Amino acid sequence: MGVRSRADAFVLLVNPVQCDGYGHCAELAPDLVHLDEWGYPILGAEPRPVRDHEALHSARLAVRGCPRQALRIERRAAPERPARAGRRTE
Amino acid sequence: MSGRATLPRLLAGTVGRPARLPEHHERFGALPATPGLLDELEAAGLTGRGGAAFPTARKAAVVRSQRGHGKILVVNAMEGEPAAHKDRTLLATNPHLVLDGAVALARAIGAARVAVAVARDEQATVSVVRRALAERTDRTVAFALHTPPWRYVAGEESALVHWLNDHESLPQYRPRRPTILRIGHAPVLVDNAETCAHVALIARHGAAWFRGLGTAASPGSTLVSVTGAIARPTVLEMALGTPLRSVLRAAGADPEPAAVLLGGYGGSWLGAAHLDVPLAHESLAPLGAALGAGVIVALPAGACGVRETLRVARWMAHESARQCGPCAFGLPALAEDLHVLARSTPGAPAALERLGRRATSIEGRGACRHPDGVVRMVRSALDVFAAHVDEHQRGAPCAARAQRPVIAVPALEPEEDLAWE
Repeated sequence: MGVRSRADAFVLLVNPVQCDGYGHCAELAPDLVHLDEWGYPILGAEPRPVRDHEALHSARLAVRGCPRQALRIERRAAPERPARAGRRTE
Repeated sequence: MSGRATLPRLLAGTVGRPARLPEHHERFGALPATPGLLDELEAAGLTGRGGAAFPTARKAAVVRSQRGHGKILVVNAMEGEPAAHKDRTLLATNPHLVLDGAVALARAIGAARVAVAVARDEQATVSVVRRALAERTDRTVAFALHTPPWRYVAGEESALVHWLNDHESLPQYRPRRPTILRIGHAPVLVDNAETCAHVALIARHGAAWFRGLGTAASPGSTLVSVTGAIARPTVLEMALGTPLRSVLRAAGADPEPAAVLLGGYGGSWLGAAHLDVPLAHESLAPLGAALGAGVIVALPAGACGVRETLRVARWMAHESARQCGPCAFGLPALAEDLHVLARSTPGAPAALERLGRRATSIEGRGACRHPDGVVRMVRSALDVFAAHVDEHQRGAPCAARAQRPVIAVPALEPEEDLAWE
C-alpha cells in the first residue's frame, strides 16, 4: 500500500466535440498546448503539479480565453511514484 | 439442466428462419425468474459482444445502483460494421432469445422499459423484430422498437442514446467512465443483441454451463461474421479460443488467406504468421488485436493490402460524425496518404512518413473511439503488409492493380445526403 497523494496536480482537458480549433489556448498556454496541423489542440496528458503556479495560471487563462468554452482544469492526485530522485513508498 | 457443451447455442434451429414464440419455448424452455442474475453473469464471465468486450455484469451493476425512475434497457442491434451480419442472423433465427435476455437484464437493473434498436435500412430485420414483439406476453416489461438510420457510428452506445433522445446519431463526449447514459432523466443500459441472447441462456442454464465452452479467461461461445475470400458470407457460432484458421475452414473460407482483418473496420490486420491464433481475448491482446464485433475478413492471396486498407480508411473517414477536429480532418488525411502510397508515385515515401506521424497525432483525441479504431487498423496494415508497403514506396508496380478489390465498403454518399436524423 502506498501513501495516497492529495489532489495536488492538475490536467488541462478539452472537450473535442465543443472545440472548433480557434487555437487561442495554444497562445495563452504555450507550455501546455500545441496545435496539430489542422489547428486543434494537443494537450499534455501528464498531470502538472499545482505548485507550478505559472503553468496553472496559463491553464486558467486558456480556459477563460476559449471562445467555445471547450477547456477545463481537472484536479488529479499527483502520480504515486515520486518523480526521479524520490523514493518508493510501497 | 442441459449440461452439454455443444454448439450451436444461440443459432439452434434453422438459421435464417425466425422461431415463433411457441417454437422458441419448445427449443429453449420458458425464461425462469432469475433473482441473482448479475452474480450469475459475473460468474459466467460474459463480456459484451458489440465490440468493447466489457464485462456485462459490471456494466449492468452500475445502472442497477442508480436511483432514477423509469430506467430503460436498450438492445443494440444497429450492427454498424459493414462486414458484420451476426446480430441480423441471430434475430432472423432466434429473435425471442434476444428479447428474453433483454427482459432478464431489465428485471435485474429495475427497468420496466426495453427499447430495441434496429437500423431502418435493415427492413427484413425490422420486420422480424416487429413480429416477435407482437408475440410477446411479458407483463413486467414494455417493449418499443426504434429504427435509427444506419451509420457506422450510429451503433456506438452514446450515439445510439443520443439518437433515442434527440434523433441525432452523434457520439457523446464522456470524459469519465463509467458515465451513466440517460434518455431524458432515465438511466440507460445498452447491451448488444448477441449479449442479450447469451444472458437469456445463462438465465436458463447457469454460469457453469456457459463456461462449458471457451477458455477460462474468455468463456462461452460467440458469433463471427466471415467475409472476403469466401464463396458466401457466413455467420458462425464458435467456442471462444478456437483457432482462427479452424473458423475460416468451418466457414468455408480460404484457410490460407494472405491476411485477415479481425474485429471490424476499426480492428487489426493479422498476417499469415498468426492465422493459428486462438480467438480469445487473452491470445489476441498480445498481438494488439481483439475479436471486436466478431468481424473476420479473409484477404485472398494476391490482393493488395495497401489498397484494401485505403478503401476501408477512406470509407471510415467518410463515416466520421465530424464532431471532433482530429477525426474530421485527420481521417481523410490518413486516407489521402494511403492513396498516394497505393499509387506508388514518387511522393509515396513522404506519404508513408506523414502517415505514421498523423496516426500518432490523432490517437485518443476523439469523443469516441472511431478515430482510434482507424489508427489501429492502419498501423496494423503497415506492419502486416510491410514488405508490400515497401514495394509501393519504392514505386514498384503493384501486381494486384488489375484485380477487383476484396473488402466490401458501402458506396460513399455525398456529404449533404448523410442521414443523421
